[in-house]
Amino acid sequence: MKRRNFVKNTVLGTMATVIGTEIVFGTSMPKGYIPLALQDPDPFKMFNKDKEMVVLNDKPWNIEAQAHLLDDKVTPNKYMFIRNNGLIPENIDANNWTLTIDGESAKQQKTFTLSELKSKFKHYTYQLTLECGGNGRSEFDPPAKGNQWTVGAVSCATWTGIRLRDVLAEVGIKSDAVYIGYHAADVHLSRNPDKEPISRGAPMAKAMQEETLLAFKMNGKDIPMLHGYPLRLVAGGWPASVSGKWVNRISVRNKVHDGAKMTGTAYRVPCTPVAPGEKVKDEDMCIIESMPVKSLITFPKTGAMIKRDRKLNIRGHAWAGELEVSKMEYSINFGSTWATCSLEKPVNRLAWQHFSASIEFPKKGYYEVWARATDQQGVAQPMLLPGWNPKGYLNNACHRIAIKVS
Amino acid sequence: MDNSENVRKAIKQVSRLMAVIFMAFVIIAGMLVYLMVDPTLSAFKSAPSTEEYVSVQESSEEQLSEEDFDKIENGIHVRTGLLEAEGLMEVVNNCTNCHSAKLVTQNRMNKERWIATIRWMQETQNLWDLGNNEEIIVNYLVTNYPVKKKGRREILSNIEWYELQE
Repeated sequence: MKRRNFVKNTVLGTMATVIGTEIVFGTSMPKGYIPLALQDPDPFKMFNKDKEMVVLNDKPWNIEAQAHLLDDKVTPNKYMFIRNNGLIPENIDANNWTLTIDGESAKQQKTFTLSELKSKFKHYTYQLTLECGGNGRSEFDPPAKGNQWTVGAVSCATWTGIRLRDVLAEVGIKSDAVYIGYHAADVHLSRNPDKEPISRGAPMAKAMQEETLLAFKMNGKDIPMLHGYPLRLVAGGWPASVSGKWVNRISVRNKVHDGAKMTGTAYRVPCTPVAPGEKVKDEDMCIIESMPVKSLITFPKTGAMIKRDRKLNIRGHAWAGELEVSKMEYSINFGSTWATCSLEKPVNRLAWQHFSASIEFPKKGYYEVWARATDQQGVAQPMLLPGWNPKGYLNNACHRIAIKVS
Repeated sequence: MDNSENVRKAIKQVSRLMAVIFMAFVIIAGMLVYLMVDPTLSAFKSAPSTEEYVSVQESSEEQLSEEDFDKIENGIHVRTGLLEAEGLMEVVNNCTNCHSAKLVTQNRMNKERWIATIRWMQETQNLWDLGNNEEIIVNYLVTNYPVKKKGRREILSNIEWYELQE
């Protein structure tokens, strides 16, 4: 008996040791799961991002591109900016993922599994521009608090999914519906389970647009973990914070959604213009909807030196939130004169448009190439910073690159 | 004699039985151990795994021994990247628990706006009462990360010049 006990104890001991090491090495981690402890060192390897991407913040992760990295017509994952408000959700299980539609203005509460969503509703694919509301914040004076984005918090990937409006129609929406608000699986920085890091949304008109998707694919593959795997709301042309990642619930509201970062000053600008640095009361701040007209020169990278006898071919993208860009120009004399670029039509509504031009320089010296887009309503990008606002949103000032001609 | 013969036989039988049971235990234990390590029995499947593995890296904090934890190198607190100055550890201990020090240093604000930001974090983000440390922290921030004047548009700076080949 003693010997048997000894054997048993040894075996149990071995198992315990094994369990111990198993936990440490996490060999049975679900696919795609990045434990919080690992939300640490090399983000480039961890998130499959290019080494030239710039880390603004590592807790939570916020990473932006540089202008020249965004040269692709369709932004690949490695050049796509990351903006997180909370911690990446743990233990994502796509097989058991569900989406619940609820809220005061939903005719019923209904829960769909991810595979039901995929099989029940028709799939659509659109290329959609997602720009962080705070893109360009770093230029505001007095400075605005938050991640100091320069130009790289914008992307235009291909998203595949189902239309939110098809799902809402299946559930049934009451006539008093005003807004939808998403809820997601990410974790608040304080780790307080009662707090949501972000829960934003859009008015019904935006929710019902053809291009507003519940997406499960990005650029033809499963959405990368960092960008909302396995289900993301994608609302192109609006601040990217409307495009909630890791979405598991959508509430149909009979009032403007009041989730985290919908209220106060978050993603809001003064309803009427204010002087730089002026204090603005919360009730005088209005929610940002469509993003303004903007463009980026993605080739060449700033700092190019060329010979006098050569033309400089530039190219880039332009977008205008809900609208289309109708004109694209460049200047090499700080706006004294503007020349027209050739501009392509968008592949679909809410996708960025590509422009190009061939520039001849009159003499040797230092130049800046400034790019200016004009939307279909005749509104152009300002050369200076647009109206100052307390949180530093909506900087759509002209992008420029430095060139030396010798 | 018969009795002792029987006893010896019985002992032999028992020890043989024990050996068999022991072997069975070893085999079962071995299988269990293997299952623990490889629950999907992937080693017996011929198809190559297409799963993407996240490389397990020790965090830099773990790599640093205790005495190196708050190491200062060239006037920089290595772990956070914050400048060494009066109030450094108060900032490290109160401001880098929930968010990165990067979020602190990329923001340049005056005293009034830092205090407003601290209040906002206390009201909405579960930041604790900083007590006497508040003044030390705010002084550290406005002294070491002062506001830069940017005007309506800054000149382009830090340009890396290169020959454009096309």
